[in-house]
Amino acid sequence: MRKLFIAAALSALAGAAGAEVKVGMITTLSGGGAGLGIDVRDGFMLAIEQSGRDDIEVVIEDDQRKPGIAVQLADKMIQSDKVDVLTGIIWSNLAMAVVPAATAQGVFYLSPNAGPSQLAGAGCHPNYFNVAWQNDNLHEAAGAYANSAGYENSFLMAPNYPAGRDALTGYKRMFEGDLAGEVYTKLGQTDYAAEIAQIRASGADSVYFFLPGGMGISFLKQYANSGVEIPVVGPAFSFDQGILQAVGEAALGVVNTSQWSKDIDNPTNLAFVKAFQAEYGRLPSLYASQGFDTANLLLSALEKADPSDPDAFRAALMEADFDSTRGKFRFGPNHHPIQTIYARKVVKEGDVYTNKIIGVALKDHADAYADECKM
Amino acid sequence: MQAGAGPGVFRGPPRLQRDRTARHMSAILIVEQILNGLQFGVMLFLMAAGLTLIFGVMGLINLAHGSLYMIGAFVAAAVAGATGSFLLAMICALVAAAVAGAIVEIVVIRRLYAAEHLDQVLATFALILIFSEGTRWVFGSFPMYLEIPDYLSGAVTLPGGIQYPLYRVMLIGAGLAVGLGLWALIEHTRIGIRIRAGENDREMVAALGVDISRLYTLVFALGAALAGLSGAMVGAIQSVQVGMGEPVLILAFVVIVIGGIGSIRGALVGALLVGLTDTLGGVFLPELFKLFMAPAAATSVGSALASMSIYIVMSLVLIWRPTGLFGGRA
Repeated sequence: MRKLFIAAALSALAGAAGAEVKVGMITTLSGGGAGLGIDVRDGFMLAIEQSGRDDIEVVIEDDQRKPGIAVQLADKMIQSDKVDVLTGIIWSNLAMAVVPAATAQGVFYLSPNAGPSQLAGAGCHPNYFNVAWQNDNLHEAAGAYANSAGYENSFLMAPNYPAGRDALTGYKRMFEGDLAGEVYTKLGQTDYAAEIAQIRASGADSVYFFLPGGMGISFLKQYANSGVEIPVVGPAFSFDQGILQAVGEAALGVVNTSQWSKDIDNPTNLAFVKAFQAEYGRLPSLYASQGFDTANLLLSALEKADPSDPDAFRAALMEADFDSTRGKFRFGPNHHPIQTIYARKVVKEGDVYTNKIIGVALKDHADAYADECKM
Repeated sequence: MQAGAGPGVFRGPPRLQRDRTARHMSAILIVEQILNGLQFGVMLFLMAAGLTLIFGVMGLINLAHGSLYMIGAFVAAAVAGATGSFLLAMICALVAAAVAGAIVEIVVIRRLYAAEHLDQVLATFALILIFSEGTRWVFGSFPMYLEIPDYLSGAVTLPGGIQYPLYRVMLIGAGLAVGLGLWALIEHTRIGIRIRAGENDREMVAALGVDISRLYTLVFALGAALAGLSGAMVGAIQSVQVGMGEPVLILAFVVIVIGGIGSIRGALVGALLVGLTDTLGGVFLPELFKLFMAPAAATSVGSALASMSIYIVMSLVLIWRPTGLFGGRA
């Protein structure tokens, strides 16, 4: 693996006369959100390595979770590295800063994570494909799960930023019950004592929260110790493999929604989990699966067409003719996935905390913005 | 004092809102939120005390204080993971942060006392980057696991039927005890006399034969130890991850500006003020706006205003007393 990176870096320096396809990966490899970017990168590179193709060159750069740096890197990759395809961005605000400009310059962008509603609706672009989900999807699935679990009165909580508001909008789009409360916390907040007290006083029968990364770890640990017994539901972002070990027992039994889980029973997924574990010595997260699927989508399209012929390449991407870790995978008209989203439960296997599928939350679900996309 | 006033004040009005039970603010909730504010304030105090001490004695702006907080949390998580002992983890975190502080002082900070504040900011900012990437190097990019020990987990019932997490009660107690110890150290010991003398006139203290550079190392290590302890204690209820110190650092700066730079008493009052404002603002401002606005709009306006509340308080304090509540210097 390391050899591959060095090879990628060296060939980037040398100008890479031999490589036929150049892929630029801008992702978060340092700072608090690095775990996500590293998983996407590792999943992506695993698929590239497995393909055995040596004519694909991947230039990997760290955006430090800063939109300004992401834009600079994209400019550099498009103008001096002359990449054909860009990928890798984790955060929606960075995607919004990079993607519209990149696709306008004729570069293809394959999103392994961020799926802001703007890019799914009016701002969709023929060269933009999202391989993960539209941002609202997992939250919609959580709302649907809450209905099926019989919850009638939910307390909602998310950080006060665009993806947080989208999250609660997504939940409310599907949830049929009442709202016991709706709280927007500060982005990056680490103490949730005040919100937990509100939850206790709210009379809710369920709590839905969207707190990605460290925020979710803090909330779950504090909630488990508060003596409040109201069941919690969340999206997979607070229960992925990287985070669960840090949350520990506090997450046990919590239901969360995800388009991927390591126990989805298909040959691609089983092989992926095994190969990832062998290569990196840890279980893959949903981010790793998204990186892996993104690379396999790219590889499947490269089999059929070359990016130098954009129309053929676009059509090849649209076919999504690859074996996804999620099983069946296809794109809707706005180049966003139509896919099944599962409800999972946190369990302990040996010493490791992980997720187990308990049911389907939404089957063949498409996003709500496809109609606004005109292309 | 406020904790006692809460229930009495709010016993009357809620009758109007009784049908809106979900939004009903009970007396218990208010007391619980005040406790939360106190706990947050006490933790901020541990951070701010070291920061203000270092600034007061050495005139140094130490942006890397948040990194020492992070080191405390990571060392605690590593030790607790290896030995299973929470108490040992706390002690190791304190010692490790103090040692890291002393090394940083001797290697880097010592060269900066005569430098401009801007140079200090630049150098200590560089230290943040070095510590963050160094921590990732040693511990990896994924958050670490640090759990509350069994004997401190769960909730206790306080007088009045308030359910409150035992660990947070312990945090309030431990924080206040450390504050008391710090006060005793500074007011009643020989080292304390030297620290106070160093704050007032460092040339004269040096002339009187006090080894000023050793005193500085000691003060820096003391501040670092407080930050490390606070990071370790908070780490058990929050996420132990790279960069966890910076948000707290910003608040700690707000605290020492409000309290008056260099004043430990100011740091305590400022920390409690910031802790209570932040917690109570976040909860009650959206509720307040709901009285005369649509709920969705009230929530967003209230939340936005709550995020600003501590900075508004800081501005008001600075207008009233430009050197902070207990600040001596002009």
